[in-house]
Amino acid sequence: MNKDKIIICRCSDVTLEDIHKLLEEGYTSFEDLKRLLRIGMGPCQGQTCAELVRKEIANFLHQKAETVPIHKTRPLTIGVKLRAIAEGAKDEN
Amino acid sequence: MKTNIVIIGAGISGVSIAYNLAKMGQKGIIVIDKSYMTSGATGRCGAGVRQQWATKSNCEMAKRSIEFFEIAEETLQYEGGIEFKQEGYLILATNNEEVEQFKKNVELQNSIGIASRAITVDEALKIVPHLNPDSFLMATFCPTDGHLNPFLMTDAYYQAAKRLGVDFHFFENVKEIVSEHGQVQKVITDQDTYKTNIVVNAAGGYAREIGLMAGVEIPVYSEKHEILVTEPISRIQGPMVMSFSKNIYCQQVPHGSFLIGRGDPTVPHDHDITSTWHFLDEMAKTVADILPKIGELRVIRQWAGSYNMSPDKQPIISDVPTLEGFFLACGFSGHGFMFAPMTGILLSEIILKKPTTLDVGDYHLHRFKTNTIRETEKSVV
Ligand SMILES: Cc1cc2nc3c(=O)[nH]c(=O)nc-3n(C[C@H](O)[C@H](O)[C@H](O)COP(=O)(O)OP(=O)(O)OC[C@H]3O[C@@H](n4cnc5c(N)ncnc54)[C@H](O)[C@@H]3O)c2cc1C
Repeated sequence: MNKDKIIICRCSDVTLEDIHKLLEEGYTSFEDLKRLLRIGMGPCQGQTCAELVRKEIANFLHQKAETVPIHKTRPLTIGVKLRAIAEGAKDEN
Repeated sequence: MKTNIVIIGAGISGVSIAYNLAKMGQKGIIVIDKSYMTSGATGRCGAGVRQQWATKSNCEMAKRSIEFFEIAEETLQYEGGIEFKQEGYLILATNNEEVEQFKKNVELQNSIGIASRAITVDEALKIVPHLNPDSFLMATFCPTDGHLNPFLMTDAYYQAAKRLGVDFHFFENVKEIVSEHGQVQKVITDQDTYKTNIVVNAAGGYAREIGLMAGVEIPVYSEKHEILVTEPISRIQGPMVMSFSKNIYCQQVPHGSFLIGRGDPTVPHDHDITSTWHFLDEMAKTVADILPKIGELRVIRQWAGSYNMSPDKQPIISDVPTLEGFFLACGFSGHGFMFAPMTGILLSEIILKKPTTLDVGDYHLHRFKTNTIRETEKSVV
């Protein structure tokens, strides 16, 4: 299958080809790829793609996947409406 | 290793300085960063760019920087595009003191050719219909303010600087700066030693620590500012909406998400950049008040970064009278992204002992020692 048809990040429609292109240009950290391609920034926060991207970086650098750092996990774990937070934050007494 | 110039920090300031020095013909420039590109404030910022300031020097810096952003893609030959959305800043006045101050600001801004204007609540609602009309008294609007993608803007300078021969070292930590007879001699990192007579401190939140390595006291500190991003939706908001008194800025970026952030005056002065539930609670209440419709959106991520604060909330773009060869670009106090094009030009001119494009008197390190602070910037979140 063509690399430009293989979607790695479903939130932001990033293909395997997009990733390989940046790796070849020298952007070899997860944090660089995240910032240039939006990988890990969508609603799933990298839950789907992080391990796939890590493997691609590891292959490219000829390293073991475990040695490739991935993105920092940030709150929230799931999207929550601002209004729900505002209401939840009101004093309940 | 021997080299002409070492720049510490590859945030937006460092890459702009590197590019401008190289463009002015300098060779042997090395930029060293302890982490990945944009790992500091640059990659964490709201990336809004505005000319609506309360001091003349900040107005001039912002105006000229925006003129650069307008032509940055062509000038830097950046194919990907920097996502410059130039649809203004709408700044809300929520009390009488602000109404008075904003009128003065607009007068000052207009006097140097910035197209800002004071507008009524009704006029503001025409520009951003989902504002709560009861939450403010009047507003100011400048249509040429805007927003950019901070990663792409930094990458654009980085690639242009690389083409001009600048060398970048990421994941390398500066540990020591050696000087002799009042002149910088060496920079020592965890990986190498560089013999050099010119060192630029563009270390953002760590500018004070880098100063101390060289024995130079810079009166800046780091302060945590938090920010969140929502799920993306179709376009409903052109300008950045901002209020100093309600402590909020809120921008819909071209991708569709909203970036919403604020500061907290009670946080300690340190390098903490952890996210808090407190920020989320308080920010959500302010959004529900000013922009109720945005309250319907889901927050998908929050993070934080450091402002590097100076005593008058104006940057330090300066040589150091007590140490030859040491130069500073720090203390941006939350507006270093939008000033970066001019920061790069001005500091390069200072380093090369050329006449400067703008009067940099307000930005000299000396102002704190001699107590000659000219003005303090009030229009900050
Ligand atoms: C939440 C938030 C929102 C903001 N919103 C805006 C906005 O809307 N508009 C605006 O104009 N500004 C905004 N700012 C401010 C703006 O981000 C900064 O002023 C600007 O990015 C500073 O850039 P810099 O290059 O000077 O510093 P940084 O981007 O912090 O870069 C400094 C670099 O130095 C490196 N470094 C530090 N110590 C060492 C060492 N010992 N050795 C090697 N490298 C080192 C760091 O790794 C870092 O990459 C915001 C900031 C935050 C935190």
